[in-house]
Amino acid sequence: MSRQAYSGIPRWIYAVAVLAALVVVLPLLAMVARVNWANFLPLVTSESALSALGLSLRTSAASTVLCILLGVPLALVLARGRFPLQGLLRSLVLLPLVLPPVVGGIALLYTFGRQGLLGSSLEVLGLQVAFSTTAVVLAQTFVALPFLVVSLEGALRTGGERYEAVAATLGASPGRVFRRVTLPLVLPGLASGAVLSFARSLGEFGATLTFAGSLQGVTRTLPLEIYLQRETDPDAAVALSLVLVAVAVAVVALAYRRPGGHAGRASTQRTTAAAAPVGNAA
Amino acid sequence: MAGRGFDVALTVGPRETVAVMGPNGAGKSTLLAVIAGLLRPDNGRAELNGRTLFDLSPGRSRWTPPHHRGTALLAQEPLLFPHLNTLENVAFGPRSAGVAKHQARADAVRWLAEVEAQELHDRRPAALSGGQAQRVAVARALAADPGLLLLDEPMAALDIHSAPLLRRLLKRVLADRPAIIITHDVLDALMLADRVVILEGGRISEEGPTREVLERPRSTFAAGLAGLNLIPGTLTRDGLRTTGGQTVAGHIEDPSPAGEGERAAVAVFPPSAVSVFLDDAHGSPRNYFEVTITDLEPHGDLIRVRAGSLAADITPAASADLGLAPGLPVHFVVKAMAVAIYPA
Repeated sequence: MSRQAYSGIPRWIYAVAVLAALVVVLPLLAMVARVNWANFLPLVTSESALSALGLSLRTSAASTVLCILLGVPLALVLARGRFPLQGLLRSLVLLPLVLPPVVGGIALLYTFGRQGLLGSSLEVLGLQVAFSTTAVVLAQTFVALPFLVVSLEGALRTGGERYEAVAATLGASPGRVFRRVTLPLVLPGLASGAVLSFARSLGEFGATLTFAGSLQGVTRTLPLEIYLQRETDPDAAVALSLVLVAVAVAVVALAYRRPGGHAGRASTQRTTAAAAPVGNAA
Repeated sequence: MAGRGFDVALTVGPRETVAVMGPNGAGKSTLLAVIAGLLRPDNGRAELNGRTLFDLSPGRSRWTPPHHRGTALLAQEPLLFPHLNTLENVAFGPRSAGVAKHQARADAVRWLAEVEAQELHDRRPAALSGGQAQRVAVARALAADPGLLLLDEPMAALDIHSAPLLRRLLKRVLADRPAIIITHDVLDALMLADRVVILEGGRISEEGPTREVLERPRSTFAAGLAGLNLIPGTLTRDGLRTTGGQTVAGHIEDPSPAGEGERAAVAVFPPSAVSVFLDDAHGSPRNYFEVTITDLEPHGDLIRVRAGSLAADITPAASADLGLAPGLPVHFVVKAMAVAIYPA
């Protein structure tokens, strides 16, 4: 006798669910079927491919670090601060999640570009941001920051402030409470937020192309390289796409792994909240 | 100190433990949060060992942040930091005060021994039982060397086996340090506190040495704690006149000459002194109350018959003979000898 709990799911729901899964899985399978395995290694290790992959990894790592440095204070202020127009600020910060990335690229161009809001002042200082590797990092940070903020804010909210209150009555200053209590407690949320930000940065295309251009070794990241190769060498494009799929699978596995031991402060809920808008990457 | 409908004046002696009791929502936890600095009242003032915790009287605004107050808070849940082991949890207070690492660890070892938890050094909080975790939480609060220890129902979340151990432990560690403990349990008040404060609706309705409050309650809540019936009214020559106009005869304690106007007083008697009759059987000097039974509940070997705010304890056999049931009108009869009447 098997002990199976009653699930209450109508049969036809399963049929639709299979269809939904196929929508996601079938295109990936179709792509894998087209991989030219004989030439796979040479294709993904060509000079331009390696240069694009290296650039992608470097810029994504840099933008993830930026996201952490800027996103942690922002999430903390949004989750626990009390100030006017807090709700408005939250909506604005989350805007890049739903904005077409190309629009983000144009916005960045009119901020940091030569004719932009800050561009002319930066130029006086001898800094040219647009169409540089810095621009790639900025574009990636712009689109990836909300991922980190959303996942961390969720973690901070579900955790509550009771541990922080106890720490304060034990004599810990706000700075010490932040370092020794708040940060360690939301570390799982911060980690999955950082992983998602990294993934979003790695897949960034529209804002990068608009704001940074496509210069080999300088601004041409892997997605840009794939788009370019698609015209001339579809086999290379497919092979490189497979590399990105492999990275994405690794990222999802990392971000959704079962939280173990004491680190389990509502992290499943966190990753779910953060992962919802991933589909915007391109 | 005052807030929204909250007005309490309270002093704790240097080695005194004060129990704060009262119905739910009376403002007990609010009181502790205000003292700890986690909640800011609209106005008021508090001092600890000559240092101002806050002074928000009109025209002034002094506010000491929680981490400079020295008022460690122990809540119903232990709230041990889940990412630190037991020893690190206890060392947290000393480390926050700037004590060197090895010294803080030595302090933590000493406090863990004090709460009989020395074998738990390396455990994570998740691996502790509720009673163990609360003992470690006590050690953590004491290790911070608080000028005033605030305890918010520390025994409430413990099972019946862990609570007595923690109560004994608290009795030992609270003996020579100032503390305020919120509790619903008369036993806690009797065992741990020198003085009890009854908080009702954001105001102190009664306070005094624990035994005195329980033996001579002046508020309905304190009478309930002591398991006594209490009828409020005004003092007359023959006894007590209730708000309903009935006169309750009894033994008038402290019959000081009635001054101008009426003196508020209470008539108090134990449920065991109350007899229950279906009809009125007049006799020797007795008090009769026409009541309707609201509840019957087991009370030790007896049945407690509740009728509104009054209670009577009778044997199960008597209850069966009378056919008592909720909704039944009966007479509660108390001999005047058994009723104590004193000013409220």
